[in-house]
Amino acid sequence: MELIRNRTGKTPGRRRIASFAALAATVALIATGCAGGGDDGGGGSGAEGEQTITFIPKQLNNPYTDVVLGGGEEGAEAAGFASSQVVGPLDASASSQVSFINAETQAGTNVIVIAANDPDAVCSALEEARTGGAKIVAFDSDTNPDCRDVFISQVVAKDVALIQVELIAEQIGGSGEIAILSATANATNQNEWIKYMEEELASNPEYADIELVAKVYGDDDDTKSFQEAQGLMQAYPNLKGIISPTTVGIAATARYLSTSEYKGKVALTGLGLPNEMRPFVKDGTVTEFALWDPAQLGYVAAFAGKALADGDITGEVGDTFEAGELGEREIGDGGIVIVGPPTVFNADNIDDYDF
Amino acid sequence: MTTTETRPPSAAQPEAKRNSPLSAVLRARELPVALALVILVTVTAIANPLFLSPQGVKDLLLNATIIVILAVGQAIVIITRNVDLSVGSILGLVAFMTGSLFANVEGIPIPVVFLAGLALGAVLGAINGLLVTLAKVPALVITLGTLYIYRGVNNAWAGGTQYFAGDRPDAFGALSVDTFLGFPVITLLALVVVVVVGVFLAGARSGRDLYAIGSDPEAARVFGLPVGRRVFLAFVTNGLLAGLAGVLYASRFNSVGATTGSGMELDVVAAAVVGGVAIFGGSGSVFGAAIGAILLTTITSALTALRVDKFWQQAIVGVLILAAIIIDRIASVRTARKLRISEARDV
Repeated sequence: MELIRNRTGKTPGRRRIASFAALAATVALIATGCAGGGDDGGGGSGAEGEQTITFIPKQLNNPYTDVVLGGGEEGAEAAGFASSQVVGPLDASASSQVSFINAETQAGTNVIVIAANDPDAVCSALEEARTGGAKIVAFDSDTNPDCRDVFISQVVAKDVALIQVELIAEQIGGSGEIAILSATANATNQNEWIKYMEEELASNPEYADIELVAKVYGDDDDTKSFQEAQGLMQAYPNLKGIISPTTVGIAATARYLSTSEYKGKVALTGLGLPNEMRPFVKDGTVTEFALWDPAQLGYVAAFAGKALADGDITGEVGDTFEAGELGEREIGDGGIVIVGPPTVFNADNIDDYDF
Repeated sequence: MTTTETRPPSAAQPEAKRNSPLSAVLRARELPVALALVILVTVTAIANPLFLSPQGVKDLLLNATIIVILAVGQAIVIITRNVDLSVGSILGLVAFMTGSLFANVEGIPIPVVFLAGLALGAVLGAINGLLVTLAKVPALVITLGTLYIYRGVNNAWAGGTQYFAGDRPDAFGALSVDTFLGFPVITLLALVVVVVVGVFLAGARSGRDLYAIGSDPEAARVFGLPVGRRVFLAFVTNGLLAGLAGVLYASRFNSVGATTGSGMELDVVAAAVVGGVAIFGGSGSVFGAAIGAILLTTITSALTALRVDKFWQQAIVGVLILAAIIIDRIASVRTARKLRISEARDV
């Protein structure tokens, strides 16, 4: 928790100004960005001169996103961008990112890194940005593959799905009803994971006794996710476990379970931030959950953007680039770059992580 | 409680004395919405008995608590023929301040945090009240402006920072978990708010003034009522209650941040209107608004318990709002006609 606060504490100046001024004063933004870039101490005084990178997350106030962006800004500095900034909407709705993309196009930003709230809604705006010479790196949640150069994926989508199914199966003893509490109904990454989960539940004989009875959507909103969790308990009295593949959803559900009679009776797993989930692991509401290191995601995205902007890679399958201290990364099928394997957190190891 | 008058005291007619308590109950504006609530709960409980399990009831009450407090405040303002659209933003700011206080001030006593939240809410409400009474611009426009201003301040202050339940003392979180005689503690707090404000509006002279102002601001002014001061205090009270709701929000939910409470103002106005508070002021009661709030939050839970699609939930809320407005319209047309007849007879 400390680290999140510190991380965000470092950047809000830039981000805050960015979010206000994005519509009007792009000049001012570049100025702020320069101020931020100034502290890289010449280490990355790039040969390409004044390259700029902008991160557009799904929404600004999301704690998970903050960690990703923290890594992104670190990566941008290390990769040698003259300035990096974060702009974005305050709500994760499908069309909310478009105006921010347009502003970046007008500002002539070299690299736009985006986590799409909707794979298609942002497409035409991104096309325009590319026509203007910008390189598009999708991260966290993919856009339509036609509208970006590369996609930086946390992990192999299937691995993420499988580990969550594995965890819930273990926690409910291999049989019973389970439900999924997701973010928005049209989030690309969520739906991909859910699809793999459903396939795995249907095809793997080990999970034959597990029945997925409901998929509900908390829209990555604390209150909504909270009430959806409540609703699941009432609508499915035999429910034995919940998978929530979103950090907001799993924390809200954990909060509800820990304050209700269902604590310890209904298992909960999914993708969560260790700092946010720590109290719920310690009080027994949650046994185990998974995640990758989100900071690495932003970090690799920044380096991919740099390699694209420098013309070192074009986004072709087989292209490789150096991702700073994380070493070489290769572009796989569909222009996808994989960051790393997911980690499982439980009472034994959660204190070793701070994000 | 159920004998709330449908017109201001300045228009009180001798006719009122002829009404038996029973007919007053039957004519009460709160009756339809209270009935709807009873039917909704009954039907849902028959279909899914878990709905009224101890945990189910507790969840229902807790879900309603915060919105009930907001609806009470909103009702006070609407009765004066104003509206406050900034309550969601006020709640958000206060909730974030609550999180911030607990996280940054070591060992701060819980009552101090409550007082700070109430104070911030009252100040924000006072800004609304001043702008509305001094600028003489419709409250709809003023509070739409402050909605964005307060939210902007919240965004600037919070940035991407969020505070989680784990940052706050257990005793604070326990307020929205622990029960007293089967009722969650914060629900009892909301009940006290409803009763105090309700009795004040129905009984106190300054409370009755609010109805007179809402019925006809000009007439109230001519009559010598301190219109500006009363409206200002209505906004302050509403801000105060939104502040209370903000502190309770931080107690109940896991995280508070830049977007906490956004969009809530519409739910609150809907709750008041559904509860029989006429949007043009002058009639309705905080009891009605409170029941309206309970009805709206209960619908959400009921439809989930019955596994009905989310889309229907919003559509049903819309239908309820329209129904409330139509019932209100019919009632006022009938009252007007009755008044004409009785006045003609008295001549």
